[in-house]
Amino acid sequence: MRALTWHGKHNVQVDTVPDPQIINPRDAIIRITATAICGSDLHLYDSYIPGMSNGDILGHEFMGVVEEVGRGNTSLRKGDRVVVPFVIACGQCFFCEKSMPAACDNSNPADKADATEIAYGQSVAGLFGYSHLTGGYAGGQAEYARVPYSDYGPIKIPEGVEDERVLFLSDIFPTGWMAAENCQIEPGDTVAVWGCGPVGLFAIKSALLQGAGRVIAIDHHPNRLALARANGAEILDYHEVKVREALLEMTAGLGPDSCIDAVGMEAHGFSPDNVVDAIKTTTRIGTDRTHVLRETIMAVRKGGTVSVPGVYGGMADKWPVGAFMEKGLTLKTGQTHVQRYLPRLLEMILEGRIDTTDLISHRLPLERAADGYKNFKENQNEWTKVVLLPGLT
Amino acid sequence: MPQTSIQTSTATPAGPDTPVTDAVVEPTAFLDRDLHEGDYGSDSVRAVLINRPRDALYAYWRDFRNLPTFMETLNEVRVSDTRQSTWIVEGPGGGDVELTSEITEDRAGEYIAWRAAEGSDIDHEGWIGFRDNAFGRGTEVRLFISYDPPAGVVGKVVAKVLQREPRIQARRELRRFKQLMETGEVSTSRAPDAAPRGPRHL
Ligand SMILES: [Zn+2]
Ligand SMILES: [Zn+2]
Repeated sequence: MRALTWHGKHNVQVDTVPDPQIINPRDAIIRITATAICGSDLHLYDSYIPGMSNGDILGHEFMGVVEEVGRGNTSLRKGDRVVVPFVIACGQCFFCEKSMPAACDNSNPADKADATEIAYGQSVAGLFGYSHLTGGYAGGQAEYARVPYSDYGPIKIPEGVEDERVLFLSDIFPTGWMAAENCQIEPGDTVAVWGCGPVGLFAIKSALLQGAGRVIAIDHHPNRLALARANGAEILDYHEVKVREALLEMTAGLGPDSCIDAVGMEAHGFSPDNVVDAIKTTTRIGTDRTHVLRETIMAVRKGGTVSVPGVYGGMADKWPVGAFMEKGLTLKTGQTHVQRYLPRLLEMILEGRIDTTDLISHRLPLERAADGYKNFKENQNEWTKVVLLPGLT
Repeated sequence: MPQTSIQTSTATPAGPDTPVTDAVVEPTAFLDRDLHEGDYGSDSVRAVLINRPRDALYAYWRDFRNLPTFMETLNEVRVSDTRQSTWIVEGPGGGDVELTSEITEDRAGEYIAWRAAEGSDIDHEGWIGFRDNAFGRGTEVRLFISYDPPAGVVGKVVAKVLQREPRIQARRELRRFKQLMETGEVSTSRAPDAAPRGPRHL
């Protein structure tokens, strides 16, 4: 099959690779009909995430048609259309039963799980196409993908619903939704969102759907700010104003009730071989990359909530722990518990309560994926979201 | 296992959702060196919580022929009688390494201990303990492994097949055991899941 593979920093290409096969009973093979480039793919593209191998297939936001199922899978059948969550989860461990699939204990293979246990104290779940730290699973920017535990994660899509309307159920819609939910929004609350990329935009949409009175969006790309405004947010260009002061002024000195960091830092700072050293050497680098996190903590009102869907990987210095404690803040973070949200969010799409397609700027054949990466990185203002279509020529 | 004087509190706020259990919260091997000091140079104990009944976990492990289903380096286990078994590990060039074990203690549903028998290629001992989690979170499983890493060529083979050291071995084998018991399969991302892989970039 054809697949987008990683070959080092700023070097991805579409190669011919072996087709995936059923290995475990609960596996399915999906023929991919649509897949997207996610903002966090750029961390891999920029080579900030260790544990990548030459030839790894990227992509964790994808959907398609079931081609084959393992003998232990009774819920899917050939021909079903499904969206696949980027988090791989078993559905049966302590965490999955608590509806926390992003904390699944079983989906990261035993040898790979060692590395994250060393880096984080506990191992983390497997993810598609996101380095060998999160399982080494092949991703979905390809013609086909093997989906482990496919009787738990993927959600079936009714016929007649276009791919683009449901594709983002795989990642950025639930990620934005959980970012807003973590704010525990009360009617009339003011929510400030840093970053108007795809996750930030879904956080804006979600915060309003969850009852926020006003949403203030912060970015500097005019196109992204225009999208935020079109979605009902007031906007701040951080090249033009001092963000904390503008927020204080807008909220009459109170500060936003909640702040969402949809920027994160380049995920780095750990390595399976030499974690402690890696963390030590990147601590200094980490310092100036926690800018957004610091700003959210300083800007949020007393007793407010800071929600972090943005990716952080290692350790950070200059953490404003005094402000955090003295203001009595709540911090909520995490990879998205995608599976928890899917039925409700699919229903909202089908009811027409949310437009999931307005952020798409480019649709490319899979063969042009490398172009997509380059432009998504270098022209963020125009290339707001790229969808890759294996079927398109 | 010997009882000790170390007490761990079972006190927990009694709320409507607090699971009721009669299980005893005993000191673990981490709190009591007597519970895990091995006879051999290299040893490790590791605990894992498995979301399955204690008896089922014990039964699966007690049939040593099941071990290769989750111990990647084991080719085969031959069970000679109720106490003795030979664990066959494939070395490079087809040279097998054989660990011959004898069960030294066996308490149904709770505990199995073994040690190297006459003729084993490696001196080793180990035990696995099963107990109900006192708070209703399934079964606590603890695995203890101890052996003398042999020197020379055999030593290299053994280090490879035993995944370098008991700590890593115990961690990985318990992870795979838990995966198999909870989900019915052992998680893997091995090829042809992806393109052929070159050297790892770290
Ligand atoms: Zn993503
Ligand atoms: Zn799980």
